[in-house]
Amino acid sequence: MTGPAPRIRRRAGRGLSRKTSMYVVLVGLALVMAYPLLWMLGSSFKPDNEIFTESGVIPKSFTWDHWIQGWQGVGIPFGRFFLNSFIVSGLTALGSVIACSLAAFAFARLEFRLKKVWFACMLATIMLSSQVTIVPRYILFDKLGWVNTYLPLIVPAFLATDSFFIFLMVQFMRAIPRELDEAARLDGCGPMRIYWYVMLPLVRPALATTAVFAFIWSYGDFFNQLIYISDPNKFTVALGLRMFLDSSGQQQWGNMLAMSTASLLPVFILFLLFQRHLIAGFATTGLK
Amino acid sequence: MLASLYFSFTNYNMLQSAKWTGFKNYFQLFSDPRYLQTLKVTGIYVVLAVPLELAAALGLALLLNNRLKGMNLLRAVYYLPSLLGGSVAIAVLWREMFGTGGLALQLLTAIGIKLPSLIASPSTSLYTLILLQVWQFGSPMVIFVAGLRQIPADIYDAAVLDGAGRGAIFRRITLPLLTPVIFFNLVLRVITSFQIFTPAFIISDGSGGPTDSTLVYSLYMYQQGFTNLKMGYASAMAWVLLLIVGSVTALNFALSKRWVFYTDVEA
Repeated sequence: MTGPAPRIRRRAGRGLSRKTSMYVVLVGLALVMAYPLLWMLGSSFKPDNEIFTESGVIPKSFTWDHWIQGWQGVGIPFGRFFLNSFIVSGLTALGSVIACSLAAFAFARLEFRLKKVWFACMLATIMLSSQVTIVPRYILFDKLGWVNTYLPLIVPAFLATDSFFIFLMVQFMRAIPRELDEAARLDGCGPMRIYWYVMLPLVRPALATTAVFAFIWSYGDFFNQLIYISDPNKFTVALGLRMFLDSSGQQQWGNMLAMSTASLLPVFILFLLFQRHLIAGFATTGLK
Repeated sequence: MLASLYFSFTNYNMLQSAKWTGFKNYFQLFSDPRYLQTLKVTGIYVVLAVPLELAAALGLALLLNNRLKGMNLLRAVYYLPSLLGGSVAIAVLWREMFGTGGLALQLLTAIGIKLPSLIASPSTSLYTLILLQVWQFGSPMVIFVAGLRQIPADIYDAAVLDGAGRGAIFRRITLPLLTPVIFFNLVLRVITSFQIFTPAFIISDGSGGPTDSTLVYSLYMYQQGFTNLKMGYASAMAWVLLLIVGSVTALNFALSKRWVFYTDVEA
């Protein structure tokens, strides 16, 4: 009868050291993971000769030169690229929120013919590679005269083409009790007013997640921007970086690193602000 | 999509109107040595990157699943690379880290291994890309953590009462109950990794070099369609890619019956 007590105590003791060792492993790995990013940040303040000789994060001699020179870019200042990117990604986020929430509302609440089939089709396009349609899409936008404008990058978002977001919002809307729209209907609300006054306020977290993800993905996208935009004045940050890389080559690594770091800052800030939303949003669509 | 199917049977080049050429594009594909090279490169990439990434994601998810203080912060640190990873900036960083005299090589030199640029060498360049994907294990990890949280605690309690050890609990309970999530992650990561483009483009200056060692599928498609303006050829490539990804996914689903364990089916 006295057996269990010491066993429990021993387990508690082991638990403590296990906890410590787990922390050591987790923090150590986190440092390894973050090291490239920290090094990039640190190196953007190092003089050129130090970048390739010092593997530490903190620069021995601190300089703003790379940030100042890098920002001037090659011919076109980086501020221009950032402005362009913000326009494209901001509108993409706006379009995704409006269009995908409407589409999701239809799937979650309205009844229409072949709804299940359409829903399955929509899900299938998550799996489909967007690259399969890249050629006809390009030809279509070319015929419309949209090549070298931002329209091919923005307009698809307003047409709810990103089924991932629709899916995310459908999941959210299904969790909202139907009694609420019933009550609104009894009060004489049509579908549009239910959508606007009942649904939208309640799915605000999903809207935020969609907006932030849409912004980040559009901001980080390279393939589409590379295909459609060829005028350097219209270049986005991703294209600007690439042009910088091509024209300066190996000589200006410091400037490259400074501008690369700068280009990651907006995403990083959004991540800090919306961290919980993003991770939760990602996990809920992942499951179920 | 249908338009893309049509173009794949033509010699469309944007300048003249499309001319029907039957299966010529497809025959040409399989006698194109560079195309066969892209199949090899993409194949190696997917086969190595996906399992390594998922293993890292699962391992970390298991560690993070312990409800300890500071876990949210750590989770955020692990997740961050997957948010930034596909960008041009990170590809530039990678190029710098693994290029001549880069950070990774400095660190290796410090422990006594001297190597030339890993990116300029055809035998290693692809592995730097694989490492880049593994580094982004954060998003499947987050999904794993969510999956682990769904496993009811009473099952664990019952197992502990029955005297099951840590290893047995993991093998007999955690792993089987997590198989649907593993499967979901597997399908998704396979599909996305077939489409890798940006890092390969940046690291090789758009060439897929050195000696085509990083010529992944999308990159070659881009070169053919948008540099050489062989839109028909690129469409044919797109269709073969769709077939490959489709059949790998179908295979995944078929095999899943053998190892994925759905509780609700049993109940």
